[in-house]
Amino acid sequence: MTNGITLEIPAKAEYLSLVRAVVVCAAALDSGVEDQRLEDLRLAVSEATTNAIRSHANLGSEERITIRCGLTTDRIEVEVQDRGPGFNPDKLEPAGPLNQPERLNYEGGFGIPLMRVLADEIKINSADEGTTVQLVVYTPPSNDSSQTSMT
Amino acid sequence: MILGINEQFRDNWVLLQINGEIDMATGPELRQRIVQYVQEGHAHIILDLTNVDFIDSTGLGVLIGGLKRTRSNGGDLQCIGLSESLKEMFKLTGLDTVLTQEDT
Repeated sequence: MTNGITLEIPAKAEYLSLVRAVVVCAAALDSGVEDQRLEDLRLAVSEATTNAIRSHANLGSEERITIRCGLTTDRIEVEVQDRGPGFNPDKLEPAGPLNQPERLNYEGGFGIPLMRVLADEIKINSADEGTTVQLVVYTPPSNDSSQTSMT
Repeated sequence: MILGINEQFRDNWVLLQINGEIDMATGPELRQRIVQYVQEGHAHIILDLTNVDFIDSTGLGVLIGGLKRTRSNGGDLQCIGLSESLKEMFKLTGLDTVLTQEDT
């Protein structure tokens, strides 16, 4: 991601709307992106950042979350990196369908499945020292051959 | 980010008109309001989401918690005024199968 922006935020929920706004505005610089894809990205980024903020619950307030957003000719890439304790994404248990009465006892379990549906690609690299979520949304080819530079 | 919540009492229903985005920052406030209404005996709640253009999974969790809380107290939680993108999200998550939605 040589062309793009980087945000560093405190791990506080109040910053979520800022992250969503900045990432969507940056992605919209690619005029070929459909509004629905921007909405997909908005939600996926919000989910990734929410998980990152939650992972910092027991860390010192000086530890920050980094969000990088880059545009290339055919994709928007967003990376959300936290310093919280990691997890094994392959061992996440599906929460089950909502029409099962017992599912209503659990309010969570939507974030990662939503990201998997909304993004064209998702990679989750998690270790003891933190987790990085990479989200990719494909964009249609543009007639403008120059890449957008936001730095 | 501040969540605007305007209340109206209609028959035995409480209509809450929500303004803003429902996420990790604002969801707890809505959850608290729903808990408060149910504790006060108002277990029939309608959420007007006409002026809500964004809900994330935390917001969905608030709706699920509200649904369980109202129904277990003999009431219900319904949503009206959903935008197309919110309807799509409800479908994606299966919330449309358990939550009553009305267009008006």
